[in-house]
Amino acid sequence: MNKSIVAIATLALFVTACEQGAGDDEAKPYSSRYQPMASGATLLTGAIVLTGTGERLDGADVLIKDGKIQAVGENLDAGDATVIDASGRWVTPGVIDVHSHLGVYASPGTESHSDGNEMTSPNTAEVWAEHSVWPHDPGFVTALAGGVTSMQILPGSANLFGGRSVTLKNVPGRNVQDMKFPGAPYGLKMACGENPKRVYGSRGQAPSTRMGNVAGYRTAWIKAADYKKKMEAAEGGKGEPPMRDLQLETLAGVLSGEILIHNHCYRGDEMSVMLDIAKEFGYKITAFHHAVEAYKIADLLEESGTCAAMWADWWGFKMEAYDGIRENAALVDLAGACAIIHSDSQVGIQRLNQETAKVIGAAARVGIDIQPEHAIKWITSNPAKALGIDADTGTLEAGKMADVVVWSGSPFSVYTRADQVFVDGALAWDRFDDSVNPVTDFSLGTAAATGGAQ
Amino acid sequence: MRHSKTLIGLLAFTMAAGASAQTTAITGATAHTMGPQGTIENATIVIEDGRFVSVSAGGAVPAGATTVDASGKIVTPGLFTPVGSLGLVEVGFSAGPLDALQRGDQFTASFDIADAYNPRSTLIAVSRIEGITRAIITPSAGFPDEMGNVGHVLHGLAAMVNLGGGDDSLEQRAIAMMVSLGQGGSGLAGGSRVGPVLVLRNALDEARDYRDHRSEFERGARREYQHSAADLDALQGVLNGDVPLYVDVDRASDIDVLIQLVDEYGLRAIIGSGAEAWMVADKLAAANIPVVLAPQDILPGNFDRLNASRDSAVVLAAAGVKIIFADGQSQTHNARNITQSAGNAVANGLSRDSALRAITLAPAEVFGVADRVGSIEVGKEADVVIWPADPLELTSYPEQVYIKGNAVEMTSRQTLLRDRYLQIDSDKPPAYRK
Repeated sequence: MNKSIVAIATLALFVTACEQGAGDDEAKPYSSRYQPMASGATLLTGAIVLTGTGERLDGADVLIKDGKIQAVGENLDAGDATVIDASGRWVTPGVIDVHSHLGVYASPGTESHSDGNEMTSPNTAEVWAEHSVWPHDPGFVTALAGGVTSMQILPGSANLFGGRSVTLKNVPGRNVQDMKFPGAPYGLKMACGENPKRVYGSRGQAPSTRMGNVAGYRTAWIKAADYKKKMEAAEGGKGEPPMRDLQLETLAGVLSGEILIHNHCYRGDEMSVMLDIAKEFGYKITAFHHAVEAYKIADLLEESGTCAAMWADWWGFKMEAYDGIRENAALVDLAGACAIIHSDSQVGIQRLNQETAKVIGAAARVGIDIQPEHAIKWITSNPAKALGIDADTGTLEAGKMADVVVWSGSPFSVYTRADQVFVDGALAWDRFDDSVNPVTDFSLGTAAATGGAQ
Repeated sequence: MRHSKTLIGLLAFTMAAGASAQTTAITGATAHTMGPQGTIENATIVIEDGRFVSVSAGGAVPAGATTVDASGKIVTPGLFTPVGSLGLVEVGFSAGPLDALQRGDQFTASFDIADAYNPRSTLIAVSRIEGITRAIITPSAGFPDEMGNVGHVLHGLAAMVNLGGGDDSLEQRAIAMMVSLGQGGSGLAGGSRVGPVLVLRNALDEARDYRDHRSEFERGARREYQHSAADLDALQGVLNGDVPLYVDVDRASDIDVLIQLVDEYGLRAIIGSGAEAWMVADKLAAANIPVVLAPQDILPGNFDRLNASRDSAVVLAAAGVKIIFADGQSQTHNARNITQSAGNAVANGLSRDSALRAITLAPAEVFGVADRVGSIEVGKEADVVIWPADPLELTSYPEQVYIKGNAVEMTSRQTLLRDRYLQIDSDKPPAYRK
């Protein structure tokens, strides 16, 4: 697989991959209306390329055409492509954040922008984050400047079931449909621990304990399984279908494997219980988010094929985050499990490469050597896998979307910045040319729109 | 692996050195002194009785000194974090008291945070093994409590501590008076940003009147004050310029108001946050008002921050404003991330020297303790860090930290957790792995 990316592959081979990506039926309500920006062919030359598959190529070229990666390798023929000299610079896949609240907790953080937590019932599986996304959040642009080309927007963690997530391409549009990642599966946000039990316990309502949380999940899955059974029976001609129920529809979608579980969960012991709940009801937990204690159960994560999405160093801001260590992602990775660095922050999303660097440094302190070509997977191909978009993006393999970052140096140096960011082959951000860069409606007339203070 | 061996070697040294006041010589490193000697190659730094006694290029090691060979490594002064709740909190949310939070009307200016400092807090070791040796610990207004009590515009007095963890950790009380203006202050005084300005003026006017008419006041022959005598006592240092106001404020127009107040009352001030400070950089330079920045935080979190810019540090420094870096996200649990703030400012055009200065000497100067700490200079207290590589790089970490000449144990609760779970092949349950 690694070898194939350095060869120029036939176009025909990849037509299938493209079509898989464009899976949304445009006539369907709420489907993606994302259109890549117009782009010509581009050849990035002489770069240190981290492919996102675990490979590093020194002095390599990356050819982008028709919005796709055409080839990665040495001395590629430019043809009619615009050549960008990337010698001395580093090229990686676009950064993917598996955990963001951009648009649903938009800047400025006014009360009227607080759209991420439907804090009215412990189970709000019926809500969809995309119906809260404000596309004019200036945070999309600052994330783009940090190399982020795709992200998952999640509801908050007040509820046991917070609602559906949405995966976006980071090209600010007029509405969320313009930004939806074509063909990306939905996710369902679940939350363990302190937040649901505090929010509802303080109202004298269930859940008020962790065991109350678990009873809440199990009760919901029992109802969902029943709903799914009746739906399937009706489809098979046996009886009337039950009245459509948005909440149960989403939960049943999880049970049938169409919707991926993204589970906010900090403690190792709680993640272990959640894995058993998944076993009981026959669904898969795609990723634990925050996973501050993932290092304590890295072997269980490896066994279940569940990713851990982690901060590099957030800890201590609440009790269930007290055991956070900077080596967390490295120990998860060492156990062979899928490690992801996520942000959960409009500030952190701008520098996921730096957060990854912190883990590399902490690991080195105890003799764990993590090479850049491996670490880059934590913010590119691994999150792509967890979002179910890895057939389309997350690596620099021929045929994939040309979501590419040209960094001024190693992405794991604090002095490095994203020089150019391409989304589907189109130059979406250029550090040296403000005329290229997007300005959200909100930011018109501010320093952000005029290139900053200088 | 190379690193861990070196670390073990240094730990052995730490234990051997114990608490005795012997002489230590750090040799061979590139030393960024931050003092008049600038950067010294092949430096010999001699520490005795907790102070630097000699700093030179290739100097001789005194007889009997313990030599630490730091060849090929980098030495900096200890890092200095300018804001936060180190030693005032263990877990931030719903897990015990938050001692930094001043609420209600009972105490305002006299709320002296020094009395809450816990040198044995688990956060202290976490921070010091990353190179933080000094911290300004700061009271803040926080959010209203369940009873609806809000904080006061004057949050009280900050203190400076060393992170040595001993009973001598409290270095200086009343090092700054914490204040909120702008949107943050408006919520503490009636809902408009005029409120905190009037509260501050009234406090200063009362303190001045109290100072000038103390004997009449004590005889009961002077009008009643809104502030207690304790609060007015605490404000005397502010009035005479000994204690700077440390003002949380972002919007340029609010900063203008602060500049007027500073001029009118003859105060010293430090701006915290300062998202739009760059817009009035020249005025801040003329008024000698430094700014504590979190340069990563460039989003308009509220309308006071509408013109936050990633170029703030460069513009302010170019105008001659002294800048200091705080961590932008968690100024307490991750105070260690001031190196990330500094590094990002360099990525946006600040010189490396200015960036390192902004987390070492500059805070010492701004808080008036540069005669004691902040740089590697003869006579100063020996807070010093040995780094295998560039201290601003996030892949970098200290190999050894010294606070007042003592080599600190390079462990924390986090390294203990790490080491326990590194034993993946152990047959024992984790609680039996020690």
